[in-house]
Parts: sequence; structure tokens; C-alpha cells
Amino acid sequence: MKILTGNDLKSGAVTWWDGSGWSLHVEHAVDVGEHGDDIAARENAARRVVAPYVIDGEVGPEGPRPAHIKDRIRALGPTVRLDLSLKPADANAGDWVI
Amino acid sequence: MYQYDKFDQALVDARVADFRDQVRRRLDGSMTEEQFRPLRLMNGLYLQLHAYMLRVAVPYGTLSSAQMRMLGDIADKYDRGYGHFTTRQNIQYNWIKLEEAPDILADLASVEMHAIQTSGNCIRNTTSDQYAGAAADELVDPRPYAELIRQWSTFHPEFSYLPRKFKMAVIASDTDRAAMRLHDIGIQIVRNAAGELGCAFYVGGGMGRTPMIAPLIREFVPLDQFITYSEACLRVYNRHGRRDNKYKARIKILVHELGKEEYTRQVEEEFAHLLTQNIEPPLAELERIKAQFTDPAYDPSAPDALDRSDPDFALWVDNNCVTHKQPGYIAATISLKPVGGIPGDATSDQIRLMAGLAKEYSFDECRVTHAQNIVLPHVRKVDLYTLWQKLDAAGLGTANLDQIGDIIACPGLDYCSLANARSIPVAQKISERMAAKEQEIGELKLKISGCINACGHHHAGHIGILGVDRKGVENYQLLLGGCEGADTSLGTITGPGFDEDGIVGAVEKATDFYLANKQGSERFLDTYRRLGMAPFKEAIYAKENAE
Repeated sequence: MKILTGNDLKSGAVTWWDGSGWSLHVEHAVDVGEHGDDIAARENAARRVVAPYVIDGEVGPEGPRPAHIKDRIRALGPTVRLDLSLKPADANAGDWVI
Repeated sequence: MYQYDKFDQALVDARVADFRDQVRRRLDGSMTEEQFRPLRLMNGLYLQLHAYMLRVAVPYGTLSSAQMRMLGDIADKYDRGYGHFTTRQNIQYNWIKLEEAPDILADLASVEMHAIQTSGNCIRNTTSDQYAGAAADELVDPRPYAELIRQWSTFHPEFSYLPRKFKMAVIASDTDRAAMRLHDIGIQIVRNAAGELGCAFYVGGGMGRTPMIAPLIREFVPLDQFITYSEACLRVYNRHGRRDNKYKARIKILVHELGKEEYTRQVEEEFAHLLTQNIEPPLAELERIKAQFTDPAYDPSAPDALDRSDPDFALWVDNNCVTHKQPGYIAATISLKPVGGIPGDATSDQIRLMAGLAKEYSFDECRVTHAQNIVLPHVRKVDLYTLWQKLDAAGLGTANLDQIGDIIACPGLDYCSLANARSIPVAQKISERMAAKEQEIGELKLKISGCINACGHHHAGHIGILGVDRKGVENYQLLLGGCEGADTSLGTITGPGFDEDGIVGAVEKATDFYLANKQGSERFLDTYRRLGMAPFKEAIYAKENAE
């Protein structure tokens, strides 16, 4: 699957295209197929996202997951500061990245 | 230390106002990201892996306590309660909001700080000896010369769009504590046979994907011509440096490809021309700057004796403190490398505590080191035990300077969008694994980079580690034999790489081999240089080969 990701213009937060808007949670990401670049251009022009790009994804038990470790770390947060990640209560959240 | 005059302050304030307007225009849509990106980068604002990252300049690593306190306050007010001290003697914040960035710059400007030229293809923050002004072995305090470089290079119209970024370092001791020869220009202040002070120029060093040790191109440039000579070095680079390939755009490539002799010939020719143009700043300006780097009001009666009865304190003194030029005083390094910690990170409370201790015990001054630690440069020995107790209580009393736990590590893939592998978890695991052997091993500088850009200085580590991406999986190459300083050398890759756990084991095998084969007081590096790579390699890969 193809996932569209970028950052929120104001906050810089990592965001994922969920089909109608941008979510902080990669689990909400949808397969953008061949439309990623078009969506990215439209959303970029509307200043709803900055630096969007399309990545390869795969579907796991918890939903979509970036194929590459770099984007999995983007999705979770720094593995060395899980307290600052999107899953601060999950001590094993880093396993999802690796 | 240097204090802004009205021109410095006006310049920085104007930049804050400019950037505030630029951010407003970006947010209201009158500027695209393509237009805005170079402007934010000129103010140190990157878009990193998780958010915007702001890199704040700390000129030659020197901070007043008020500035240090502000860095702690910014961490709380605009970030997530911590900052990361870098190998450029700067600090980075990892969770910045674009709409708040102008307010951060305004707060910085209120304490004579900024983020100007912490990114982009320009002359970056000039680094220096962290013990400047305190070291017993220095000829002069190198910081006035670094400050003059800062003023000369700030918004220099000719050098704002160089082929690539440009890094300079200034030292004034034979002992190089600033990795001077691994800079684009390294300047060592020296004395000639006539007893005059001047500058030795080393040009074309650097790390990155093509590491090179800068050759000496001129043994002596009079101090009243060193800006002119720097200008000549930059001009030749700006004229001939490659702009077609960013990987070949650094000055080290130009010096290498032209050859030291031809590059030097062109610099000398340009230098002769520039001398006729009278571009050197007036001597009065240098004297004005030097007057702000005079010695603090030392207590001449400060006792030189030290009570070492507490063994933990004595260990910290032995490992983390160095002789001061003033009897009764000492320069103390606060390690930001607790066992299992994140190298270079400090919480806002720790930053403010260090600011307070700098004010109370070190004449209102502290330094950031290129090894990602903090120095209190002028501490009375009679105050040292109390100081250490306060540090220790805050988790800042680790006694491991220049030891295997004092790891330089870039942010790596946990934070950096350029990285290929994580650096910090490897540093943490090595720190934990080797803690028990640390004192026995002694001096061993271990440096980790998460990609070939070498922000973690892996080429210069006695043990260096380079993280790479091998088909989407983190892999770590091991290097041995690198060194910064007077005997600068570049590390050599041992062989096939390792996974995250494997690299920790490989480091342990290398150090075990060292301990078994060292002679006398040899450091790890000395043993490596005596025996060479082969026996180390055999020890490191023995088990893997057997399996």
C-alpha cells in the first residue's frame, strides 16, 4: 500500500492522510494508491501540510505500518524517549518500530 | 566574556523582526514552503523527523549564566523540557512549533543570543577550546579571535551562499581540544621565532563521507592580517568550489583536487591582492573585543589544596577536572553522559541548575564542549566539593570524561531525517555494558554517527561507529584508530558490520583485547597504534567466524 505523510505546517507534528484529512496516528492512514502526489500537491497548496511525501506501507494487526524503519520512528516518536511518543504508557511501544 | 554593543543588538533584533514577518507570510499563504525554507534555515530552523528543530548558536561554546538559564527556560516554554548540546558547541530543541519560533528568537535576543547561520551554506558557529581563558597551556585566550570571526562572518554578503557549509575553529594551545584539523579552516594561534603572536592556518579538513585532515598551508599569519587571510581562503573556495555535486562541494575536496600547493598559491595571490584593499578590521575593534575577555577577579589567596577524602569526589576530580592557569582554581567538566543516558541531553532543570552553579562558582560563565559536555571554567578548589555534591544530587556528577562512557553521539534516526540508523540506543547500551570496566580501560574516546555525514565524529573516535541502512535494517560499522588533537588520525573500518547488539559486543571484545595486551600505561589508542588493526580484528571477529 501507499501512505501519504507530512508535517503539520504550524506545529510540525507528523501527520498521515486518512482519506479526508490529516491524523496524528498512522493507524488511520489509508492507501492512496496512485493519487498520493495529487493529494499532496493540493494539501500543500492549502497549507494543511508541509513537506508531504508518499511512502510504502504494509498492513499489520494494528493497521497500516510504514515499511521503512525511519517512517515507523516518525510514526511513533523517538524510541529513546517513549514518554514523548504517541504511546507513552506502552513500555513496549518500541518493539513496533523494530 | 563578550557583551553585545548597540550594533550587535540592533542586528539581532532586526533579524527577529524579519523572521517574524517571514513566518507570518508563510502561515498566511503569501509565501510557499519553497520560498520560506531557505529563510527558516538561515535562522537555524529545520524540519526534522518529528517536528521543527531549532539550532541555537553558542559562539565558541561560551555562555553566561543568564544565557544558560534562558536555554533552560526555552526548553520548558517552547519545547518538551530538555535540550540537546551538539558537537558544534550549540544546543538544539527538537519539538518547536513554527508559529512560536519568532518568540523564541526574541527571547534569545534578550540575552544576546540567536540562531543565525546555524544552517545553510555559510560560515557556521566558530568553535574553540572549551578551556579557553583557563587552560594553563594556552598562549592567549583564543576567543577574542573567534569573536572577531563571528562578527566578520555574520551576514558576510560574499559568503552567504558558499558551495557548502563552512566550519572554523580557533585554538591557542599545542594540545588541540577542538578537533581543529578536522575543520574547513583550523586556526592555531602560535608564536614565531621573534616572539610575535600569529596564526597557523590549516585548511581543508573535515569529516563527512570523505574525511580529511587539514594540511598546514601557512605557518604564520600576523594577527593583524588573519581576517584578511581567512577572506582569501574563502574567496578561492567560493570561486572554485564545486556547486554541481553537494558531495564534492566542501573545501576539503577543492584542496585535495587542486593540491595543497596550488590551493595555497591561489590563496597567497588573493591575500596579496586583499592586503591592498585594507579589509582587515581595525585593530581597535580587536582590542575592544579582547578587553571583554580579561581574566575574572581571581582570589589570589585561594588555597590550592584539595580535600580528596571522599573517594567518589576524588575520582570525579581525577577524571573531570583539569589544571587551571590560576593557582587555587580548577576547570571542571560536567558530564552529560550518565550511564545509560542520552549523550548531550539535559533537562530544563539541569540546565538551570548548571546556570546557577556557573553564577555561584565560576564567575558567571560556562562552556559547551564539542564532546557534548558542559565546563565550569573557573572554580575555586575550596568550592569544588560543594559544587560536586550539588551536581551529583542532580544526576550530573558522572566521573567519566574522555572515557568509554563519555560517548559523542549524534541524534541519529531517533530524531534526524538524514540518519540511516539510530545512534543513541547504541550509545546507551555500550555505556551500560562497559560501565563496570570504565575506570580500568581509562581514556577511550568513542564516537557514534547515524549516517555518513559524521555529526557524531566517528572518524575521529579511538573507537568509531557508523550506522548504515542495509536493505532497511540498521547496521553498524566499527572503526578503530581515529583521533582528534595534535596527533589527529582517521579511523579504519574493521570489517563487516554488526547489528545493534552485535556492535556492543564488538566494542567489548576490542576493549577486552586492549586490556589483555596493553603495555604499561598505554591508552587504547596507543595499543592500537602499536599493534595495528590485524590482532584487534581477529579478536573482534573470532567468535563470528567460528560460528
